[in-house]
Amino acid sequence: MNAKKLNTSPLFSVLAYTIVGILSLITFAPFIVLIAGSFSSESAVLREGYWFWPRDFSFDAYAFIFRYPAEVLSAYRVSIIITVVGTVVGLLVSTMAAYVLYRKEVKYRNALAFFLFFTTLFNGGLAPFYIMITKYLELKNTLGVLILLPMFNVMFILILRSFIRGSIPEPLIESAKIDGAGEYRIFFQMVLPLSKPALASIGLFTALAYWNDWWTAMMFVDKDHLIPLQYMLYKMLSSVNMSSAMAQYAGAIDQPKETFKLAMTVIATGPILLLFPFVQKYFVKGVTIGAVKG
Amino acid sequence: MFIPIAVYFLIFAYAPMAGVVMAFKDFNYRDGIFGSPWNGFQNFEYFFVSGKAWIVTRNTILYNVVFLSLYTVFSIVTAILLSEIQKKFFKRITQTFLFLPYFISWVTVSAFVYNFLNYEYGIVNVLLRQFGLDAVDIYSTSWYWFLLLPFLYVWKWVGYGSILYLAAIVGIDQEIYEAATIDGANRWQKITRITIPLLKPTMIILILLGLGRVMRGEFDMFYQLIGNNGSLMDATDIIDTLVFRSLVNTQDFGMAASVGFYQSILTLIIILTANHLVRRYDKDHALF
Repeated sequence: MNAKKLNTSPLFSVLAYTIVGILSLITFAPFIVLIAGSFSSESAVLREGYWFWPRDFSFDAYAFIFRYPAEVLSAYRVSIIITVVGTVVGLLVSTMAAYVLYRKEVKYRNALAFFLFFTTLFNGGLAPFYIMITKYLELKNTLGVLILLPMFNVMFILILRSFIRGSIPEPLIESAKIDGAGEYRIFFQMVLPLSKPALASIGLFTALAYWNDWWTAMMFVDKDHLIPLQYMLYKMLSSVNMSSAMAQYAGAIDQPKETFKLAMTVIATGPILLLFPFVQKYFVKGVTIGAVKG
Repeated sequence: MFIPIAVYFLIFAYAPMAGVVMAFKDFNYRDGIFGSPWNGFQNFEYFFVSGKAWIVTRNTILYNVVFLSLYTVFSIVTAILLSEIQKKFFKRITQTFLFLPYFISWVTVSAFVYNFLNYEYGIVNVLLRQFGLDAVDIYSTSWYWFLLLPFLYVWKWVGYGSILYLAAIVGIDQEIYEAATIDGANRWQKITRITIPLLKPTMIILILLGLGRVMRGEFDMFYQLIGNNGSLMDATDIIDTLVFRSLVNTQDFGMAASVGFYQSILTLIIILTANHLVRRYDKDHALF
């Protein structure tokens, strides 16, 4: 550490602080404008445009959304269900696969790894995939399709494998085996608990993928009660007359349109922004585990 | 314990691969993929004759190569700068801000873009008008998007990338730097002669993985930001958005399947070539 202090070149440090500071302000600014816009009054925005702080502070946009909250709450429910169920199941199955790929006794483990990896190199394309899901598997308009499609990421499985390899020595497993533990007992009582840090970070990545997924819903869902938050947000942003349910009440003259969009964005993104400071370190850990070598 | 995942990948990844035969069929929904009649290369014909093939291939490759280069450069520079920062508090705040865009969906980003750039109320135009300048109509002028899309890409991913490279920098043995200090190296020399060469393995892997996505680049981004905006189509249409539109808007399954097949083949060729080149140069860094 001492050597490092002797080392600092003041000019370079000033440069580093300035540039990093500016970059981080650029990345942060849109969030400020979004939140400020959502708390602005509609008429002020129409008159003067968006700005970095609220123009004529007002809750109108939020009040408008929550006057008839059914749609938003339903979307929240769908998003939460698919995120929780998908993450838990996906993580369990991924770790099981990673564990198999890690055990040296498994003869074909390289072939199995390639079996998974190959899917990232080549795929059938969107059209056969779409037909397969809708015609042969009949998954259209089910909660299942929303949960199943974003479930796995091959990279995550390979990262889990390297993590298990790095933190659980094979002899430990061997000795447990000699003591009479079965494969499942070893997996649930040793591997899972010892992999907690990796599970936490990969779990968060998976959860994030579910929360932000709008594509699956757009492709395979057209029933209102199955629409998750991000897709609902997309529909509201892209249509002038908003969604069907909202349109029924749109007769109101004072209906905020511009600020409404922003308030909806805040509502859909809010949970992530609120949780972010608390979970950030697990994400950083996850990125770092992957960087060490996949 | 491998069975669940094997079944999943067989159904959702390998079975659709058999569906590539769709590209050579006159598909109708009732007869299904295997029952529909063959029609040879007809599906490909329109794609290539219309000139669409050239436009989307060019856009896909150009945009994604630009994205990948900018992402790599910015991530490394940011990581090096971050590694110079000693103040814990400052580092935490800036890193949090830089990482934040990674967590939001492109749907949200499209709301941001609208916020800043729309003609009537966007913050950029509000500013321009305040200075007495003319407002710009970004949503119907394609050349702005050549600059804007790479900017947004970097904006969204650079925090993530810088963490990847920062992890690699932290892993570098401090003694090397100390030895360099004793030999009288200055900061700049340490960065160019030690840090950057030692980042090479990480760089190669990440670029290789990135190349794998060159043909399937960022559908989310293009679709959310541009959607079906006709006036920007020639400048911003990529293979994925074309496939998506032929499937969802025009229900042209044959076209979608043939373009998708073309894309998969190109992807495979690019990855194998890149991997081969890396392998020849240094065996340890190849993906497989």
